[in-house]
Amino acid sequence: MTVAPSPARALTIPAPSQITRPALAGARETMVLNMGPHHPSTHGVLRLVVELDGETVVDVAPDIGFLHTGIEKTMESKTYQKAVVLTDRTDYLAPLSNNLSYVLAVEKLLGCDVPERATIARVLLVELQRISSHLVWLGTHALDLAAMSVFLYGFREREQILDIFELVSGARMMTSYFRVGGLAYDLPAEFEDAVAAFLQVMPGRIDEYEQLLTDNPLWIERTQGIGAIDGEAAIAFGLTGPGLRAAGVAWDLRKSMPYCGYEHYSFAIPTATHGDIYDRYLVRMAEMRESVSICRQALQRLKDHGPGPYMTLDRKIAPPPKSEITHSMEALIHHFKLWTEGFRPPRGDALAAVESPRGELATYIVSDGSPKPYRVHFRAPSFANLQALPYMARGHLVADLVALIASMDPILGEVDR
Amino acid sequence: MTIENNTVLTRLRTALPDAITGSAEFRGDLSVFVRPARIVDVARFLRDDSALRYNFLENLCGVDYPGRQLRFEVVYHLLSFTNRHRICLKVGVAEHDPSVPSLTGLWPGANYHERETFDMFGIVFIGHPCLDRILMPDDWEGYPLRKDVPLGAEEVAFTFNQERIYAHKPFARE
Repeated sequence: MTVAPSPARALTIPAPSQITRPALAGARETMVLNMGPHHPSTHGVLRLVVELDGETVVDVAPDIGFLHTGIEKTMESKTYQKAVVLTDRTDYLAPLSNNLSYVLAVEKLLGCDVPERATIARVLLVELQRISSHLVWLGTHALDLAAMSVFLYGFREREQILDIFELVSGARMMTSYFRVGGLAYDLPAEFEDAVAAFLQVMPGRIDEYEQLLTDNPLWIERTQGIGAIDGEAAIAFGLTGPGLRAAGVAWDLRKSMPYCGYEHYSFAIPTATHGDIYDRYLVRMAEMRESVSICRQALQRLKDHGPGPYMTLDRKIAPPPKSEITHSMEALIHHFKLWTEGFRPPRGDALAAVESPRGELATYIVSDGSPKPYRVHFRAPSFANLQALPYMARGHLVADLVALIASMDPILGEVDR
Repeated sequence: MTIENNTVLTRLRTALPDAITGSAEFRGDLSVFVRPARIVDVARFLRDDSALRYNFLENLCGVDYPGRQLRFEVVYHLLSFTNRHRICLKVGVAEHDPSVPSLTGLWPGANYHERETFDMFGIVFIGHPCLDRILMPDDWEGYPLRKDVPLGAEEVAFTFNQERIYAHKPFARE
């Protein structure tokens, strides 16, 4: 069985067997190298089957599934409320974005309204999440290219964001803070000051990172002109997020198909033209600045709005507050029904998409009218983005492959689910 | 900028009347039921039509409905960047011949999604360049997201039980 080697710019996405089978049959003159799954530069457990001509990459086939935990299957056996915790565990660097995509899909099924305060808090928190996720990307990306200090600085600010998450939800990473109909708890009193303090320092810190990298000749040498992709190919592969925008396509769901009231915020969609690693870096850096600006606007809105309900008042969806349960029989019944049985969305299916730090994260839910989702599917951005890797990598060196993986920022928990 | 569901549906029905078996609207989202053999034509029309331009394959997944005449359903979500509109295509697939033409010829990015749907439901995409399992091990038997596969746990092999486990799970030996 022989497969013709892919031309450098072919839009093919080989499966591992398409490289290993001809190699084992001795049909090709090239060398096949196994990278990963345990390799510091693979950002998790990504295995790459790389076909090499000398040091040049002829073809790459990502081999995934090492982190497959059957989240979609497990969700079918949980009630809608209980399944929220599983969404945290797909993209573990942006759990709030996952929570948001899932609860938006369920709310769409239910046709349920969310109070204004909860919507603003959701926007604020997912933007903080975007910054924290981009900081991990920045740190590990620089670390892969032997720049250690950015990692340490980046994690300093990320810590501040995780402290805010801990403040609101009690957990630093697996937050499960967004619930169907609103938020799990109200924002604490210290929240506004903590966010304000972070927003105060963050723009200066982004300047610091940029000073270390943007004009750094070593950084430019390793990233410019490498792994380039044009807008047309990016769309063909289903690439979304910073990778697509770096290729010159100004597509961002927050602007294009707004959710959670993003149309009321003023922010720009950073784009670039070359679609190479350096441009993806520039786009993400600019995105962090935009996120800081959105957070500022959201914080102001939160102050203007003042206290109010943080959960829908529909008792068929959200349980009543404890104070009501102690003296209202009806409230007690609602509470009991919701936690023993759950709510029943009407029959139908809904897809809700959000712009996660990595691209378009969509949750597709089929309801059969029972309290448990009949089918849940995540359109995970990392999973789709990975398909562009062979196209980007062909013709470059093995060392560039390391930079390339980092620049795509794949989260394997989300790829494998 | 956005386009009405009805406009899309009328245009699609006029162009390919025999390919569409029905349509539905739920919470403002349009779903169109398509004959399996015509899915590529429908997708190509939606992609290339100058007024519709669904240029982006957003999502592709399977759903299992045991008991239905067409047990499986393959669900496609297409997105139009120009119209900022989403359309959902649904294709029913029979259990005895679970196959659908592949969309990899239109969007190379359908590759992984189709491999995943094959891996999870056993739906074969005809014309796919290499329909290998993607998330499950190559020698895993069955299709885990089918409703008749029970939710179970992977037994962890320790020295005291490894022989029993390896007997029915040879791939765990590695």
